[in-house]
Amino acid sequence: MAYNLKEIIAEKPSRFTSGHRMCAGCGAPPVARMVLRALKPEDHAVISVATGCMEVSTFIYPYTAWTDSFIHTAFECAAANASGAEATYKALKRKGKISEDQTTKFIAFGGDGGTYDIGLQSLSGAMERGHDMVYVCYDNGAYMNTGIQRSSATPRFADTTTSPAGKVIPGKMQSRKDLSNIIANHHIPYVAQTIAVNNFKDLYEKSEKAIYTEGPAFLNVLAPCPRGWGYNTEDLMQINKLAVETCYWPLYEVIDGKYIVNYKPKNKLPVEEFLKPQKRFKHMFKPGNEWMIEEFQKEVDRRWEELLNLEETTNKEQE
Amino acid sequence: MDIRERLSGNEAAAIAMKQINPDVVAAFPITPSTEIPQYFSTFVSNGDVDTEFVAVESEHSAMSATIGAQAAGGRAMTATSANGLSLMWEMIYIASSLRLPIVMSLVNRAVSGPLNIHNDHSDAMGVRDAGWIMLFSENNQEAYDNLIMAHRIAENKNVKLPLMVCQDGFITSHSIENIELIEDDKVKEFVGEYKPDEYLLNKENPIAIGPLDLQAYLFEHKAQQALAMKNAKKVILEVAEEFEKMTGRKYSFFEEYKLDDAEIAIVCMNSTAGTTKFVVDSLREKGIKAGLLKLRVFRPFPAEEIAKALEHVKAVAVLDKADSLNAAGGALFEDVTSAMYVNKKQVPMVNYIYGIGGRDTKADDIESVYRDLQEIANSGNVENPYRYLGLRRK
Repeated sequence: MAYNLKEIIAEKPSRFTSGHRMCAGCGAPPVARMVLRALKPEDHAVISVATGCMEVSTFIYPYTAWTDSFIHTAFECAAANASGAEATYKALKRKGKISEDQTTKFIAFGGDGGTYDIGLQSLSGAMERGHDMVYVCYDNGAYMNTGIQRSSATPRFADTTTSPAGKVIPGKMQSRKDLSNIIANHHIPYVAQTIAVNNFKDLYEKSEKAIYTEGPAFLNVLAPCPRGWGYNTEDLMQINKLAVETCYWPLYEVIDGKYIVNYKPKNKLPVEEFLKPQKRFKHMFKPGNEWMIEEFQKEVDRRWEELLNLEETTNKEQE
Repeated sequence: MDIRERLSGNEAAAIAMKQINPDVVAAFPITPSTEIPQYFSTFVSNGDVDTEFVAVESEHSAMSATIGAQAAGGRAMTATSANGLSLMWEMIYIASSLRLPIVMSLVNRAVSGPLNIHNDHSDAMGVRDAGWIMLFSENNQEAYDNLIMAHRIAENKNVKLPLMVCQDGFITSHSIENIELIEDDKVKEFVGEYKPDEYLLNKENPIAIGPLDLQAYLFEHKAQQALAMKNAKKVILEVAEEFEKMTGRKYSFFEEYKLDDAEIAIVCMNSTAGTTKFVVDSLREKGIKAGLLKLRVFRPFPAEEIAKALEHVKAVAVLDKADSLNAAGGALFEDVTSAMYVNKKQVPMVNYIYGIGGRDTKADDIESVYRDLQEIANSGNVENPYRYLGLRRK
C-alpha cells in the first residue's frame, strides 16, 4: 500500500492508546504508535519492552496503554524475552496449538540505555540467533528515566548528570557508539535508522519492512527528549528535522548487507544548527569553546562520509 | 514396566526433559550442568523432541528467554549451576513474581569467588527467598523423579510458581548409577498438557504482564506469591501420592531414615544423605540410635512437619553445604532451629558447615558428627553451635 499518512491514521487506529504518562514533546510515544501502525490490522503482536521511560509511563498497575500482548521484565532483556516468546510461537505453531490463521509478530522496544549499554548483549544474542522479531531502539541519547545520565549513545560534549559540563571537563568526552552499524555487522536481513517525528513516511515504511521481513530486524529511531536535551516541547519536530538536515542522524537502511542512504540533504546544514537549540550543548557556544563545535562537526562529517562509502561499496559488490 | 538403566545425574535430568518434551529449552553452558543442554540439544537435532532449543548468549538471557517462552504460553525449561544462577538472579525473582511455572535443573556448585567448579549449595542458598519451589535430590533417581513431578506441582492452579530441582554437581551429576526410568507414554500422561489460563500468544485475550507495581499494589502481589508457596505444600504431597501409585516410589517433604526411635539425628540435603544413611546403619549395628532427616522440599519449608519429626530426639545436627558468612550459622540451620523454636520443641541443636568447594565429606566425618551429638545429648549443652566439618586447621 502506497504511503498516505491520512489514510493510515484513519484506517489503522493506534494500538498504543492515549492516557499514558510520557512527557509532552517526547519522541518515544510517536515511535510506539507509528511502529505498531505498520502492523496489518489482522495481525497480533507480542510487545516486549525494556525498563525505561516507555515502560514505566505506559503500564502502571492496573492500567496499560498497550492493546496487544505485552511483557516487561527488566532493563537488559527485552530482546531475550521476545526471543523466548518467539520460540514458543514456533513450537506451538508446529504442534498445531496455535491456529494457522493467527499471525503474531514480535516487537521489542528499548531506550538507548537498555539497548546500546546494558541490553547490548541480549540484543546481539537475539539478532545472531535469527529470531523472527524486530528490535526498536528509541534513542534519546542518555538514561532519561533515571534523570539524564550519560550512555554510550550520548553525543560528545553533551552535558548530562554523569558527564556534567564542569570547569575542567566540558561534558561527555567520548563520541557516541554507532549501534546501527554494529547491528548491521550481525549480517541480519534488515537494519534501519529513522526518526521519531518529522518524517512519518520514513518511520512507517521502515517499520513495515522491519516487521514483515522474515528474521531479525533492527530499527534505531532518534527520539528526542525535551528534559534531557533541553528544547521547548513544541520544537520536537524541528529538532528531529535538524538532526537529519545536519547529517548528525542520517536516515538509512541496510537490506541484506546493502546500504541505502534514504535522504541526502542538498544543503547539508552545519551541525551547530542542531546543537544550538539544546541546553545540553549550551557550553559549546561560550567564547573560547569554538573548538568543540569544530570537533563535533568533524565527527559528523567523518561518519557521514563513511556511510556514503558504505553505500557505494556495498552496492558495487552486489552488481 | 519400569526401564532399568545406568545413567549419570545429568543424563537422568536430560532424559526426564526429553520425556516431558517441553516447548522451549533455553540454556547456556556452565560446569557441571553443561551436559544437560548438550544431551538435550542432541534430542532436538535428532528429532526426538518437538522443542525449540534456544542457545542463548548468557544465563541472564537463558532465564529471560525462558520467562518470555513460558509467558507466551509454552512449557519452558532450563538448567544451570553456580555463577549461572547468580547471573540469572534478577530474572529468578521476576519469574516467580510473574507466576510462571518454569522448571529448572540446578546442578549445585560453589558460587565464585574465588573460582571453584565443585559442589556445594551456595548457589541454591542464594535464591532461597526468590519464590521458587526448591526440591533437593539425593541421587540420579531422585533428580529424575523430582523433574517428572515438577510441572504437576508448579503448574497447579493454586500454585503457579517456578520450580528448581537441585542435585549435587559431579557427586551425582557425573556419577553413573542404576536408575529406574518410567515409560515415555506414562510420563506424558502423568505430566499432562500445559493449559495456561492467560498467555501472551492468546490473540483473543491479549494480556500485559510485568507492570510498574507501586506502593498501592506490590505488597498484595507479594502476599499472593507467599500464599501460593503455602498452597504448594498440599500439592507437593498430592503429586507425590500419584507418583507413588505409578512407580511405587514414595516421596514427601523429607525422608525419615531410622528417625522414629532415634536419639540423635542429622538433617541434611542431597547426596550427603546417602553417606549419612551408611553411617546410620553402621552406628545402629553398634547399638547407637542414630537417625537422619533428609530434606527434599526446602521451599516451601515444611517447618511444622520438621519440628514434629525431630521433637523426640535428644540432639540434632544440621549440615549446611553453604556458609551464610553471618557469624551465626548456615541457612538450613537457621530455618530448622526457627521451626523448632516456633513449634516449642526444645532440642539441643548444632550446625556444621561442610563440603565447601567440593571438599569430600566421608563416612568418618559424618560419624564424628554423631559422636559430637552423643556428647551433646548426654550433657544437654551446646558450647559452640556454629561449627565446621572437614575444615583444615593448619
